[in-house]
Amino acid sequence: MCDNCGCGQPGENVTFRKPGENKEHTHSHGGVTHSHTHGDHDHDHSGSREIVIEQNILQKNDLLAERNRGYFEAKKIFAVNLVSSPGSGKTSLLEKTIRILKDKCSFYIIEGDQQTMLDANRIEKAGAPVIQINTGAGCHLDADMINKAVKSLEVKDNSILLIENVGNLVCPAMFDLGESQRVVIVSVTEGEDKPIKYPDMFQSSDICVINKTDLLPYVDFDVEKFKEYACQVNPDLKFFELSAKTEEGMEQWNRWLQERD
Amino acid sequence: MHELSIAVNIVEMIEDNAEKEKALNVDIFEIDVGTLSGVVIDALEFALEEAVKDSVCSKAVWKINKIEAKAKCRRCGHIYSVDDYFSPCPKCREFGKEILQGKEIQLKSITIE
Ligand SMILES: Nc1nc2c(ncn2[C@@H]2O[C@H](COP(=O)(O)OP(=O)(O)OP(=O)(O)O)[C@@H](O)[C@H]2O)c(=O)[nH]1
Ligand SMILES: [Mg+2]
Ligand SMILES: [Zn+2]
Repeated sequence: MCDNCGCGQPGENVTFRKPGENKEHTHSHGGVTHSHTHGDHDHDHSGSREIVIEQNILQKNDLLAERNRGYFEAKKIFAVNLVSSPGSGKTSLLEKTIRILKDKCSFYIIEGDQQTMLDANRIEKAGAPVIQINTGAGCHLDADMINKAVKSLEVKDNSILLIENVGNLVCPAMFDLGESQRVVIVSVTEGEDKPIKYPDMFQSSDICVINKTDLLPYVDFDVEKFKEYACQVNPDLKFFELSAKTEEGMEQWNRWLQERD
Repeated sequence: MHELSIAVNIVEMIEDNAEKEKALNVDIFEIDVGTLSGVVIDALEFALEEAVKDSVCSKAVWKINKIEAKAKCRRCGHIYSVDDYFSPCPKCREFGKEILQGKEIQLKSITIE
């Protein structure tokens, strides 16, 4: 929500910061200013003409995303956009992945959260270069933020770029970042109906990670039912079942990341 | 609430086009929103109320056209109307489909003076 008036308009500033850095790189969206007077709608319409536009409203983001994609391809960077509802275990999965594979692969991490450096600090401890994007009021990362973050991180050729999106199963679905693959993470505590309740996210993803499988004995989560729902929305979805806590099932995920298929 | 970013993008797009046409005012604008676009029309209406303020279209009236989604069955090629991603083909019960229309969010036209 807008800090000034609570109208829900995106806030002014998005910040970029690396752990240990005091200075924030702020970046303001050349946006719309606010006022709360409603203009009256009746006036003379003579002398007006209609202009056909037919432009995609997300065109700006989509074009930037394509530019990112081209850059990643040219530099052989494998870019993965991780999306999920808050708390599904995105950061935990990244921490474990980095700890297990950091001697074999070169990782760069972009952390997206509305507030705090918490996740970036966790990633730094795990041992990978990271930049935190705080979106403030924003509920998703966009292609422009990724472009800036990648420049600041100085991502090397042939590396793996893991982007943790803002925890939200709705909005990030619409914003292409230029990623090579989109991964939706669901934890078994969330219920198996998520794919049909939030179909856009499952429809737009390539991979689905079912996390916290160590908790399966304690919750009513029918893995097969979940997959059935997910495949109704997206028959091409590929699944990994794992526990970021016990590391059970992580070998397949790690192999997939290394082989980049 | 990505409808907010969408509304802000719409207004920016209108301003760019209005400037190109040297328009003083935008009286009407028309938007096409597909039923599978992920945009909630009520939320977009609400967001537009805010986004148009102090812009070239602050006094404009807008029209949002709802575009019904159509899909083509991946197995039998049947073309059918869909409201969601998870309904099967009415002919052969296949879930796999290609969305032909209904994902779009576009600025269709503006009426200027
Ligand atoms: N039992 C169990 N707990 C897990 C597992 N993975 C993550 N958790 C716990 O789930 C909680 C949330 O994990 P995070 O990794 O912070 O989740 P996130 O998706 O990054 O959360 P946000 O960034 O806030 O959206 C933490 O308390 C983790 O310890 C798992 O495999 N099993
Ligand atoms: Mg996190
Ligand atoms: Zn069919």
